[in-house]
Amino acid sequence: MSTQLADPGRAFELALLSTDDVAARREFSAAAQREGTYAAMDSLVVPALQRIGEAWEAGDLALAQLYLAGRIAEEVVTAALPATRPFFAGAPPIAIAVLEDHHVLGKRLVLSALRAAGYGVTDYGRGISVADLVARCAADRPRVLLVSTLMLPSALRVRDLAAGLTRLDQRPALVVGGAPFRLDPELWREVGADAGGRNSADAIELVRRFLGGAR
Amino acid sequence: MSAAMTSLERVLTALRHAEPDQVPLFLLLTVHGAREVGMELEPYFGDAHSIAEGQLRLREKYGHDCLVGAPNATADVEAWGGEVVYRADGPPNAGEPLLADVETIRTLEPPRIDGNPVVARSVRVIEELAARSRGVPIIGGVVSPFSLPIMQLGFEKYLLLMSERPDLFERLIALNEEYCVAVANAQLAAGATAIGYADPMSSTTCVPPETYRAVGSAIAARTLARIRGGVAMNFASGRCAAIIDMVAATGAVAVQVGSEEDLAEAKAAVRGRLAIIGNLNGIRMRRWSPVEAEAEVKRALAAAAPGGGFVLSDGHGEIPLQVPDETLHAIADAARRWGRYPIDWAAG
Repeated sequence: MSTQLADPGRAFELALLSTDDVAARREFSAAAQREGTYAAMDSLVVPALQRIGEAWEAGDLALAQLYLAGRIAEEVVTAALPATRPFFAGAPPIAIAVLEDHHVLGKRLVLSALRAAGYGVTDYGRGISVADLVARCAADRPRVLLVSTLMLPSALRVRDLAAGLTRLDQRPALVVGGAPFRLDPELWREVGADAGGRNSADAIELVRRFLGGAR
Repeated sequence: MSAAMTSLERVLTALRHAEPDQVPLFLLLTVHGAREVGMELEPYFGDAHSIAEGQLRLREKYGHDCLVGAPNATADVEAWGGEVVYRADGPPNAGEPLLADVETIRTLEPPRIDGNPVVARSVRVIEELAARSRGVPIIGGVVSPFSLPIMQLGFEKYLLLMSERPDLFERLIALNEEYCVAVANAQLAAGATAIGYADPMSSTTCVPPETYRAVGSAIAARTLARIRGGVAMNFASGRCAAIIDMVAATGAVAVQVGSEEDLAEAKAAVRGRLAIIGNLNGIRMRRWSPVEAEAEVKRALAAAAPGGGFVLSDGHGEIPLQVPDETLHAIADAARRWGRYPIDWAAG
């Protein structure tokens, strides 16, 4: 792997795509020592995940590769953090859920990407109803709510969710993703979301935008 | 001019890579039939006669060229004893995965086909459609052995099984192959004209082409060799351009391509080997005006209809319930208007 050292970002990306967790950990540790943990996430992990997400978008990578890469990135970053997680203490709350549907891979990909980028995320699970999701947001007051759907009827239910969130005294930014939103790029706007993401790397960018850089 | 072909003649001619009288149209309406017979979706999917009646009424209404004999992909989960979650506004979903612990694969047995109420229901649908229609293709359907574990295990656990437990993966696939072949052949024996083989896992959206080469295509080739009828590949909107050449080698007679694919490129890649089915965007379809519907039909026809070997359809294999009748009529009207061979208007 020494030939990759001239470009640590590419070396980290290659390690993720070849599911070489040892090499990924080595590259991240070296970058963290040089720059600090936060900076290493920004300079190494986020760009690698963005390139991987773009490659999936272009049809050059598959979900299986995205999943394994994201999982390794998440493990590498979280292993570098203190076990008691003071790292996330006081961080702006972010939450994620699968609305009504039961397929969780999309949520899993986004969770891994956000955690690998250093964001603490509360997972509300799958098959959650609009009413329950609004109630959770009322109690937890997340700044950003990410919602994944697989089926069109669930994607259309985001309209009710957006209306419910508007009635809260602190409305979270609502970011949606999943197959219906990918196949119809206008759908997120139609259902009243604040943004739609096409892949897990998009989720990092959108969370950054809505948190104004805070982490 | 010779008399118009029947739907079956039209489709079979297209599958022989020749030009029929007009481009066949498959409106794959899996859920709209419930509305036709005035039922909620859960009881509708539980009643074979209602499904058959719904399909016949839909064909009467739109005049398209097929009847859907297996409208519910989750039947293949239900037959194994898995949880199915119904909703009022769309197709049922697989619920909690059947196999909570992958170790149970060691002792798992496929469901008996004879006497299985779910399989029997799909057979009764097809039998009734065959008895009450003439000259219309009846499309059966199975979830591929490679894709069924997404619902049996959940996607994440399945990906880990593939990479970490090849022994259990092989066993689960072998069991699914037996089930898939038995169900497909039961549907064909009941009167299905062909089988739709839903294999989203094989798409390059889900796995790399090399995985399809080594695993998905091998499973498909083994399975299709034992299915006693024509099979159309379906990737449920997943991408297939990078593997379509290998798809042609599985023994399939047609491939349904998703709305993100280039129809003309797909046609050129497998011309004379696989008929192309596709690829209207079912998600955007719900917002199409009649004018937009006509334009989308013309786009698809111009890309893939000349020369035959093409069936106009959506790109997923299921048109959402939210697509209104007006749009479906507009699609059917445009297909009849612009799909008559020879399609010389497309040259311009």
